[in-house]
Amino acid sequence: MIDKNVSSLSQAVSDISDGSTVMIGGFGEAGSPIELIHALIDLGPTDLTVINNNTGSGEVGLAALIKAGRVAKMICSYPRSMNSTVFPDLYRSGRIELELVPQGTLAERIRAGGAGIPGFYTPASVGTPLQEGKELRRFDGSDYVLERGLRADFALIKGKRADRYGNVTYNKTARNFSPLMAMAAKTTVVQVADSVEAGDMDPEAVITPGIFVQRVVHVPDPAHESDLVRAGVCYP
Amino acid sequence: MTSSQEITGRTRDEMAQRVALDISDGAYVNLGIGIPELIAKFVPTGREFIYHTENGLLGMGPAPQEGQGEPELINAGKRQVTALPGAAYFHHADSFAMIRGGHIDLCVLGALQVASNGDLANWSIGTPDAIPAVGGAMDLVAGVKSVYVITQHCTKQGEPKLLDQCTYPLTGTAVVNRVYTNLAVIDVTPAGFQVLELSPGVEFADVQARTGTDLLDGRTDATS
Repeated sequence: MIDKNVSSLSQAVSDISDGSTVMIGGFGEAGSPIELIHALIDLGPTDLTVINNNTGSGEVGLAALIKAGRVAKMICSYPRSMNSTVFPDLYRSGRIELELVPQGTLAERIRAGGAGIPGFYTPASVGTPLQEGKELRRFDGSDYVLERGLRADFALIKGKRADRYGNVTYNKTARNFSPLMAMAAKTTVVQVADSVEAGDMDPEAVITPGIFVQRVVHVPDPAHESDLVRAGVCYP
Repeated sequence: MTSSQEITGRTRDEMAQRVALDISDGAYVNLGIGIPELIAKFVPTGREFIYHTENGLLGMGPAPQEGQGEPELINAGKRQVTALPGAAYFHHADSFAMIRGGHIDLCVLGALQVASNGDLANWSIGTPDAIPAVGGAMDLVAGVKSVYVITQHCTKQGEPKLLDQCTYPLTGTAVVNRVYTNLAVIDVTPAGFQVLELSPGVEFADVQARTGTDLLDGRTDATS
């Protein structure tokens, strides 16, 4: 019998090791799998490459992982936040590497990686500093830049609902990068607020089919990053 | 007559309202962070715009009532918004397919600098200690059918933002179609910046004096 449910957060992340590449879902706090990130902090692997649109806020979730010194490199589009100095401080002192990627290019690189496409051409960044060092090619009279697909060892994402097959639905704008990351990682771990029986999900409404998900962990009442930041929480 | 130092032209709200007048009924529109967000307040009577936010929502509505917001219903500026009847959620690859694929009619962005050939700089001042952060701007200018800029005509220090050439790192080359500032509405044409309209109380010479390149006068009601 297929059952992708695992019983604890620590079990869900237990094989993430030093040097792993980890995609983390979320755009700002929407869709950020805070409980999984905190379990990763507890576990302790270091020298991680993390792929997320941002770099977290306050000192919880992704910002806490970075603050703890576990992240060697961030691949993201927007490493600034109104309420966090964690990434800027480390970046300015040369203690964390940054690969800055236009947001749509980041999404497509992840999608391509998950879809078995090693590279693609996009018009975004042509003629800008982010094009430097990349192959340019002309199609139909316009220039495009070659970008590479991205894959990862792990994806940590947050869904709204899942069944034991790993079929997932999301909540509003919390979907963002997560369905793409689920496709692009060898091991995708999803935390969901609602764990339901197989057959209780409408096949027409499934957003991430279970083939892209390896582990489901039930987190019934997930924290919101902004609530923790407002309360002054610093993890751990 | 006011002295040259006191010319302010339109307020931010008036600038946003002026842009909204030029958006056609039924347009799919992406609004950047900052002044562009104000445009949503000024939809002209009888028109319907559909707002796209690149983090995965078409049919974005205004900010929620106090206490009604949801942390997982936000816009690209990470502020809480609402979803209007007829809205749709989607993932990031679909969202940027809408952008790069030419499906969005218009985006309105802020700017640090605009050059007379339509080059835009709006993501980094390029200094070594700046944290570079590009977001979706490069994808938007590369793929959206029309790109409008809404910005103060000069920086807080009084430096012109409309120039022969941008000095900051570019977001895209020859991408801006029109610029709305507190002082004027200015088209980007093959011959350079062309003033279409002056804000109330503003003279052409006032705008020229605050611009880092020669302006053409394209006003249909120009008298001088």
